[in-house]
Amino acid sequence: MGREVRLVQGNQAMTEGAIYAGARFYAGYPITPSSEIAEECSKVMLKVGGVYMQMEDEIASIAAVIGASLAGAKAFTATSGPGFSLMQENLGLAVMGEVPCVVINVQRRGPSTGLSTKPAQGDIMQLRWGRHGDQSVIALCPATVSECFAMTVTAFNLAEKFRLPVIVAPDEIVAHMREAFSLPEPGEVEVIDRKKPSGSPKDYKPFVADADGVAPLAAYGSEYVFHVSSSMHGPDGYSNNDPANAAWRVAQLHRKIEMHRDEIVITRSFAAEDADVLLIAFGATTRASRAAALELRKRGIKAGVLQLITLWPFADREVATLADKVKTVIVPEMNYSGQVAGEVQRVLGSGADIRRVNSYNGEVITPQEILRAIV
Amino acid sequence: MWCSGCGIGVMLGAMLRAFEELGYRNADTVVVTGIGCTGKADDYLVTHALHTTHGRALAYATGIKAFNPKLHVVVLMGDGDSVTIGGNHFIHAARRNIDLTAIIINNFNYGMTGGQVSATTPGGSYTSTTSWGNPERDFDICALAEVAGANYVARETPYHGWEMKELIKEALNKKGFSLVEVFSPCPTHFGKNNEMRQTREMLDWLKEKGLPVEQYRKLSVAEQGNHFAIGKLVDRDAPDFNTRYEEIRVRATAPEGIGGRCEAK
Repeated sequence: MGREVRLVQGNQAMTEGAIYAGARFYAGYPITPSSEIAEECSKVMLKVGGVYMQMEDEIASIAAVIGASLAGAKAFTATSGPGFSLMQENLGLAVMGEVPCVVINVQRRGPSTGLSTKPAQGDIMQLRWGRHGDQSVIALCPATVSECFAMTVTAFNLAEKFRLPVIVAPDEIVAHMREAFSLPEPGEVEVIDRKKPSGSPKDYKPFVADADGVAPLAAYGSEYVFHVSSSMHGPDGYSNNDPANAAWRVAQLHRKIEMHRDEIVITRSFAAEDADVLLIAFGATTRASRAAALELRKRGIKAGVLQLITLWPFADREVATLADKVKTVIVPEMNYSGQVAGEVQRVLGSGADIRRVNSYNGEVITPQEILRAIV
Repeated sequence: MWCSGCGIGVMLGAMLRAFEELGYRNADTVVVTGIGCTGKADDYLVTHALHTTHGRALAYATGIKAFNPKLHVVVLMGDGDSVTIGGNHFIHAARRNIDLTAIIINNFNYGMTGGQVSATTPGGSYTSTTSWGNPERDFDICALAEVAGANYVARETPYHGWEMKELIKEALNKKGFSLVEVFSPCPTHFGKNNEMRQTREMLDWLKEKGLPVEQYRKLSVAEQGNHFAIGKLVDRDAPDFNTRYEEIRVRATAPEGIGGRCEAK
């Protein structure tokens, strides 16, 4: 018997991915173009024994998500531009307190309220640097409805495994497009749960990492009584202003990502092995780039695509390995400032032939616009 | 630790005695704090604790309680945290009537950062940012909680430590959103700026101004302006957030066609 194939929207697929991954708490505030996720969660969470809450704003939404996560839930929220800006301070607490959670930021055209229904890829640097202080997170960017599902499951897995916030950041096109999708059976896709403490509860220290760089996390209500703090804290979670302790904490928050960099950085390549021209793309521009590469091949130009699914940490090694073999690199992206092109430039150096294709009018980048950069 | 004459220690002692008398276990109790003088309190506790960002403690606590209703969740805030930067979360927590106990230390100014004006600084008072007097009006936190929907509202001063403990016990026992506001001396800043440099002067001020609620309610409106009510101000039993949520869940999980609007489509 064939598996059921449905026509599914990206936002719906991300919701199904969250539920599949075991998410049982959602708190959010409606905002275009992410609201379908809230609407779907408001129905599904009640049925699966979870909790849906519409909070008073995005600040409260991410706060409630973090609180629920510490009470043992796999928890997430979804938002867009202005709402994502409001979440930044509390996301910093999730970094500092090492609290697993997932944030979906459907990217829309700004600045400010901007064009609320139109796509953009203008938040790339905000994903990485949006919070004050000196911190790191993981950010993923799907390009298809199937990837919306898969990358939401992956986001929960990474968040749970490494105790940090993971952001899924499709553009509005990917979030609102509909494609054929079939839901995997339970068990078919790996689902990872956070490490729980073992041993004597009185010895539990919530910030003492195992050899993998990550400390087990208890839940509020368990016998493993613990403190989590936004302020600088020691291994036990209590305030600690000692410089050596601060250096240890800050480095640990970065190092756990660096240690597992190869597991976190996900890329895909299409016809890139023998390419002379490499298109580096993410989200909806991946689709235009694949069409452009096929057209270039028809015209006798060996073109390929490197798709960045993990935006942060940046795929330095993957970009360098492929780009070393090509003559020209093209980076199409829906922003004025060339946020990913700048990263590619950083990796390849100033001598590389890097061509930028930017749209910032709220319209998608077409294959033809990409072709113009090379022919 | 806190300054000499501060009321936060009295509040913390009253809260811990209330925990003990009610048989609360550390493992079943989560104390959520914000930022400011009161926000330091979690460092002196051995329950579960979450020290959060400025103004957002109630929103974090809401997530904890909504996901695990069995936990005792207590939120400690100052006047800056609760009704100045965090005012929106305060009225919505009360509106939801979520089963949290909020204890607010109101010392009429921002102690931690050097005694600046807050939303509860009385009009005309002096602070480090109102050198010629405060041009703004102040919030009545208890009145705000009452109209926003809290099930339990009380006010006390550190002059009455035993009574404070009893009110906190009632608040903890009450299902739904509960508030105990503690008017607290801040001789270091508010007192220094308003001719009450000595702890004794600030305590006397609170003692003379604070009247038991029954006595306060008999005063004329003009006389009430010179005093504030202490004791239990609101006590009601509207269903709390989690109870109402589970009632709605019954509809969502009912057989096809019996449930709510989205099922009927």
